[in-house]
Amino acid sequence: MSQENLKQVILQAKNLVKTYTQRSGRFGFGSTKIKALNDVSISLKAGSTLAVVGESGSGKSTLARCLLQLHPFDSGEVLFQGQDLAKLSGQALRDVRKHLQMVFQDPFASLNPRMKVGEIVGEGLLIHGLGSADEQKEKVHQMLKRVGLEVADAQKYPHQFSGGQRQRIGIARALVLEPKVVVCDEPVSALDVSVQAQILLLLKALQREMNLSYIFISHDLRVVRHIADEVVVMHQGSIVEQGAVKDIYNAPQQAYTQQLLSAIPGRKAA
Amino acid sequence: MSEILTISNLTITPKNALSRVLVNNVSLTLSAGKTTCIVGESGSGKSLTALSVMGLLSSQLQARGSIKFLGQELTSLDNKALQSIRGAKIGMIFQEPMTSLNPVLTVGYQIGEALTAHLGLKGAALKLKVASLLQQVGIPPARANSYPDELSGGQRQRVMIAMSIACEPALLIADEPTTALDVTVQAQILQLLDELKTRMNMAMLFITHDFGVVADIADDVIVMFRGEIVETGTKKEVLTKPKHPYTKALLACVPDAEGKKQLKPIDYAWLKDKKAAA
Repeated sequence: MSQENLKQVILQAKNLVKTYTQRSGRFGFGSTKIKALNDVSISLKAGSTLAVVGESGSGKSTLARCLLQLHPFDSGEVLFQGQDLAKLSGQALRDVRKHLQMVFQDPFASLNPRMKVGEIVGEGLLIHGLGSADEQKEKVHQMLKRVGLEVADAQKYPHQFSGGQRQRIGIARALVLEPKVVVCDEPVSALDVSVQAQILLLLKALQREMNLSYIFISHDLRVVRHIADEVVVMHQGSIVEQGAVKDIYNAPQQAYTQQLLSAIPGRKAA
Repeated sequence: MSEILTISNLTITPKNALSRVLVNNVSLTLSAGKTTCIVGESGSGKSLTALSVMGLLSSQLQARGSIKFLGQELTSLDNKALQSIRGAKIGMIFQEPMTSLNPVLTVGYQIGEALTAHLGLKGAALKLKVASLLQQVGIPPARANSYPDELSGGQRQRVMIAMSIACEPALLIADEPTTALDVTVQAQILQLLDELKTRMNMAMLFITHDFGVVADIADDVIVMFRGEIVETGTKKEVLTKPKHPYTKALLACVPDAEGKKQLKPIDYAWLKDKKAAA
């Protein structure tokens, strides 16, 4: 992480607005609009980790999906290396998507149970037509080793692995394309604390080696303190406060942030 | 200090694989007015231990050992006798309030069920008691007519708490009651449970995997690892001066809000060597 590198913004969201329409009233004849994202702007610096924290319904996962163009949004723009993603389609969008990958929360639900691990990890290479079959296989094996699995694991199915190992598979799948930005949506929430520590350290090590930039979605402020450089606090679809992790944790300016931080379990006793 | 529950040498095995020990020789004592946290990772046997107290173990499992509740041996009781204790003298709260509540009955009705079954309350007296219980857990009594889906996650858990304390139990078993909740709601529920415990002088058995929660609510702590108790002590002893290598290793994995700690995953091979050496 060089100084210049840090200054460069790799992914940026400008004034994102996303509304959901929900049926309401008697028999659902009425409808209410819910603002899932209300004028949200963030910027992720290359090689760094930006955490998005908030409680359920705060819009943090919606933001993650909008950043990757997995959800359409009403207005605003998402810029990857200065390029407006909404204006891309077809092959151009596919080319960019290679650089934007995601790691999901539930390692049980996000891996296809009928595919072998090798196929899951290698699917991206296949879709993007990167290298010959042998090269792809070699790459998958390298990646599996890198995330702490074994080459022989490529022949196994997801159900043969523990939760932590499955999350390693999910990480290998995301990183095999050598992306620039990885959006991690609650990647350690479903894991035991000892496994959580392993995965956090793995993510940190991979970030250094591959010069990755992370968007890290989480509700756990203790985890965020350990992984993030900057943090965005969301509440009911809006950004309440954002800044360097140290500043936000040591001197939160907004009442909501203060409330969140004081609710961290174990703080009173410490 | 009065003893409410004493478990001695509890061992749980699957009926069809008696050599596979899920809970191994667990003994513990709970006292009135004290919160004892059982902390451990998934598969450590913490929930099985709690379930066996309530006689709710799966029929595929077999428990041996003694569970004495207010001097009465629970393991020799039949289901009917257990039913008169469960929900009356032993209250229970689980992780997921939505799956514990019946979606087609109002919460007031569901809180009232235990009162009718165990105390024979009916009519206006029942209504009054339900209202007072809702008030105690911080829900406006008018919400008695609401259905579970009309309440938030935190409110549902409050309803579960109202149900569990309805008959003023001597023991409250809470199995990960705040794991599914947002952090600010979690803080409120922990505070509520702590207040109720003190006011009603209950013994509370609190199952959690979160050391932060332990720090907030526990008086005593029991650490379980692969079916065995590896360490017992007061909260202060276990959190600040852990003795067992597993407890030390587990604490080293927990991220702190200050970010000062260097996270260190557990080295299971090393633990095994340590155990073999001991």
